Amino acid sequence: MNTMNPIIILVASIFTHNIALTYILGMCPFIVISRNLKTASGMGVSIIFVVTLTAIINWPIYWKILVPLDAEIISYLVFIIVIAATVQLLEMIIERFFPPLQSAFGIFLPLITVNCIVLAVCLFMVLRKYTFIQTLFYSFGTSAGWALAIIIMAAIKEKLVLISDIPKGLQGPGITMIIAGLLAFAFMGFAGIITLQ
Amino acid sequence: MSDKKNIIDEIKNSKAFKVFASGIWLDNPIFCMVLGICSSLAITNKVANAIAMGLGVTFCTVFSSLLISLFRNTIPGRVRMLAYMTIIATFVICVDRFLKAFFPLISETMGPYVGLIITNCILMGRAEAYAINNSPFYSALDALGCGIGYTFMLLLMSIVREIMGFGTILDFRIMPDSWVNWTVLTIAPGAFFLLGVYLWIFRTISKKTDT
Repeated sequence: MNTMNPIIILVASIFTHNIALTYILGMCPFIVISRNLKTASGMGVSIIFVVTLTAIINWPIYWKILVPLDAEIISYLVFIIVIAATVQLLEMIIERFFPPLQSAFGIFLPLITVNCIVLAVCLFMVLRKYTFIQTLFYSFGTSAGWALAIIIMAAIKEKLVLISDIPKGLQGPGITMIIAGLLAFAFMGFAGIITLQ
Repeated sequence: MSDKKNIIDEIKNSKAFKVFASGIWLDNPIFCMVLGICSSLAITNKVANAIAMGLGVTFCTVFSSLLISLFRNTIPGRVRMLAYMTIIATFVICVDRFLKAFFPLISETMGPYVGLIITNCILMGRAEAYAINNSPFYSALDALGCGIGYTFMLLLMSIVREIMGFGTILDFRIMPDSWVNWTVLTIAPGAFFLLGVYLWIFRTISKKTDT
C-alpha cells in the first residue's frame, strides 16, 4: 500500500498532476462544453460528485472482492458497469427527489458515463495502490482539478469570442487546443512542488 | 485499360467503399469530429505507442461494432449504453492481455491508457451513430475506416513528436548528434500545440469550419 499523506495527494492531483492538462484526459467535454462559463461549472460540479462517488464504490469492490477472488482480469468490466449503474441511479434519484437540480445537472449525467476521467481515476487508484482514505482525497482532488481547468478554459473562451479575430481554420477545437497548451505550460510551473507516486 | 477503369469506378461508387473511405478522410474521427483524443494524445510521444494504441482501438472498434450490429434488434433501447460498455470492455480486456503477454514494455509505458480505450468516444460514437442501425458488414467496414483514419492521425502526431522531441524514430536515432531535442514536444503542452496546428492545417485545406 501507498504511504503518501492524503493532503499531499489532494494538492498534487489538483495542481501538479492536473488530469486534464498533464495527462490529457477528459478532453471531449473539455472542448465541447467549454463555450460558456455557466455550463462549464455545471459540468465541473457533476464530475466532482460522480468521480468521488464511483471511486469510493469501486475501491472496496476491487480490493475486497476482485483481489481475493483472483479476478483482477475483469476489473475493467466491473469498473465500467459500476460507473454506468451509479450514473443511472443518480439520474433517477435526482429526477425523483430533486427536480430543481434536474434542470441544472440532469443533461450532463448521461455524458459522464463515457467521460475518460471517471474510469481513469479508478485505474490510477488501483495502479498506485492507494488506501481508502487516499482514494477519497485523490478522486476529489482529481475531479476538482478537472473542474478548475474547464472553468478557466470557459472563462478564457468567453472573452476570446468577443475581442479576437481568429483565423477561420483555427476556430473551434483548434484554438481550444492552443489555449490548453498554454494553460498546461502555466500548470507546469507547479511541477517542482510535489512528485506523485 | 478501359475495363480496369470501369472496375475502379465501380468500386469507388459502391456503398462499401464510400462507408470505408469516409472514416479515413472526410469524416476522420480526429480532424473532423475531434473525438477520441482523450485517451491517446498523451501517449503519442513515441511511434511504437501510437501504433499499439491505433491498432488496439481499430481492433476494438471493428469487433464491438460487428457484435453490436449483430445484436441491434435484441438490445433494449433503455439499457443500450450499458450493453455497448460491456461489449467494448470485453474487447479492451483482450487487447490489454495481448499487450501484457507479447509487448510488456509497451504495455508498461502505456499503463492505464490501454484500459481507457473503453471510454474512447470513437467506439461509443460508432456504435451509437452507425452500428445500431446498420447491417454487420457495413458496420464493420465503417469501424475499420474510422480505425485506420484514427491510426493514421496518431502516426502523424507521433512521428513529429518523436523525431523532434527525442531525435529518434521507433527508438532508432535519425537526427545528427548536434540536434537539440525539443523537450516541449515530449510533454503535454507540445501535444496540445501540435494537435492545434494539425487541426488548423486540416480545416484550412478541407474548408470545414466549426460553428
